Amino acid sequence: MTVSIQHARSANRTLRIVCPNGHLGFAPIKTGSFAIGLASEPDLICADSGSCDIGPGPLGADVSCSPLAWQTHDLEHMLLGARRLGIPMIIGSAGDTGTNSRVDLYVRIIQELARKHGLPKFLVGWFHSELERPTLAARLEAGETIDGLDGRPALDAATLAATDRIVAVAGVHPYIALLDQGAEVIIGGRSSDCAIFAAPAIRAGFPESLAYYYGKVMECASFCAEPYAGKESILGEITMEDVKVTAMLPAQRCTTASVAAHAMYERANPFYEHVLGGTLDMTACVYEQYDARTCRITGPRFVPAQDLRVKLEGAGKLGERYLGFVGVRDPYTIANIDRVIAWARAQAREQYGENGYELHYSVYGRDAVMGELEPLRDRPGHELCIVVQAIAPTKEKAEEVCMTGLRQMFYARLPQVKGTAGGVAFALDEVLPASPAYRWTLNHTMRVDDPMELFETGLVEAGV
Amino acid sequence: MPAQRLFDLAKTIRSKNAGVDRITFDVIFPDRATYERVRHAGVLSREAVCRIFHIPPERISDHVAFDPACAIKFTIRRTIPSGSPGDADVFGSQQYGPLLDVMVPE
Repeated sequence: MTVSIQHARSANRTLRIVCPNGHLGFAPIKTGSFAIGLASEPDLICADSGSCDIGPGPLGADVSCSPLAWQTHDLEHMLLGARRLGIPMIIGSAGDTGTNSRVDLYVRIIQELARKHGLPKFLVGWFHSELERPTLAARLEAGETIDGLDGRPALDAATLAATDRIVAVAGVHPYIALLDQGAEVIIGGRSSDCAIFAAPAIRAGFPESLAYYYGKVMECASFCAEPYAGKESILGEITMEDVKVTAMLPAQRCTTASVAAHAMYERANPFYEHVLGGTLDMTACVYEQYDARTCRITGPRFVPAQDLRVKLEGAGKLGERYLGFVGVRDPYTIANIDRVIAWARAQAREQYGENGYELHYSVYGRDAVMGELEPLRDRPGHELCIVVQAIAPTKEKAEEVCMTGLRQMFYARLPQVKGTAGGVAFALDEVLPASPAYRWTLNHTMRVDDPMELFETGLVEAGV
Repeated sequence: MPAQRLFDLAKTIRSKNAGVDRITFDVIFPDRATYERVRHAGVLSREAVCRIFHIPPERISDHVAFDPACAIKFTIRRTIPSGSPGDADVFGSQQYGPLLDVMVPE
């Protein structure tokens, strides 16, 4: 039998949350530590399911990057645990992107799982985060400024027109509203990772400062523990005075070092976290070792925002895409690889003109990974791999441009080359279809009057 | 004590996206003494980071010494957003390589 390894519950009021996964669906949860988490008296089960890290493609094309089987696996374990214990379950940013179709998909999965297991009836709450382009266009026409983040310029009409899909990043508000309406399972659209955990804590009366910190430390599950192990559960507890976080995998511990280090993870600055409604300030956080596997945190502050600003994420399609790759071993060709690429580009230009397509060359063995940040780009390896990407409005055009960009490297004319039977090595003399190319068009913020105004909520039944 | 490589002194050296337009670098040390030694050596200062990656100072959006984690952290603006064609590191997770060989004087 699985038993709790969590410290004894604090004497004063607490709210315990178990988090089994930092990006539900991306890789399946490890069920052993999750079972220990479920045995440790949790009051809720919460997990984030979205990320911008996967690039703009899934949002633009409105697809998941995670396999349905893995999404279903995790949702099944969480749902069965939640219903057995009679506690709520909350998922945020459903299906990698948090678009409407991903929310609806997760709601359907929950309903099918409830039917499959004959679970007694329960309420599923959901909210949508997508924003229609005309809504933003109207605001731009009215003279409103949609501010760019991270150095981006304010949104203009052309950038908006080049955008296929937009999600707004919700705060705690729709989660709290759905809990108020009796939802026992919540499937959220795009939202701040920390809001998923902060919402039930704020609703239960805990201070916002601790509640948002609670969300911040919980959202990536076992990434705040050491040694490094992904997809393992952690259990958090909030009181009126502190937050405690405990690793559920017996081999892992939440230490002051691992939890403090996690505050820095995948963010520009370790001290501040911006959400719809305010900013979490972690400059005065104090980290203490509470027991062997638990870190205790005190001292976060929350500064409510003067203006409500919601973050917008948008992706726009650039075109269809084909890929090809070649190898090079001749040292003279390696030393002149930019001339080889220039030759191939020139051949494409001769055939297709200057515009209407894109050709990209990544030179592995020299600077493909780091580009202009690479300090060793003048010291290429003894063999190179060059990946060629072509992007064009149609698949046929992308395929042809890619073939030109690839095969013309074979015919590049270098004045002193000794090998006159082909300048590059083909493992495959073909080009391969890839997913369409997208780019992040929106990384902006927009003012709202009401933190709920962009997020439609609803309730449906599941179970038998 | 001779000069040592950052690789031999740090517990963690990593890079990762911080949103879609920036990449953040974390260099985490096992103890305060090592952290202070590297900090005061200046080998990961703003100026040093600019030299290591051949970038102008404007490319660095944040640079902090984070005492609770014994860490030095800095963030660089991308020239193209993550996942745009031409970007070969969608997660930004392989940009830290040049930091491993940074030499830390005695």
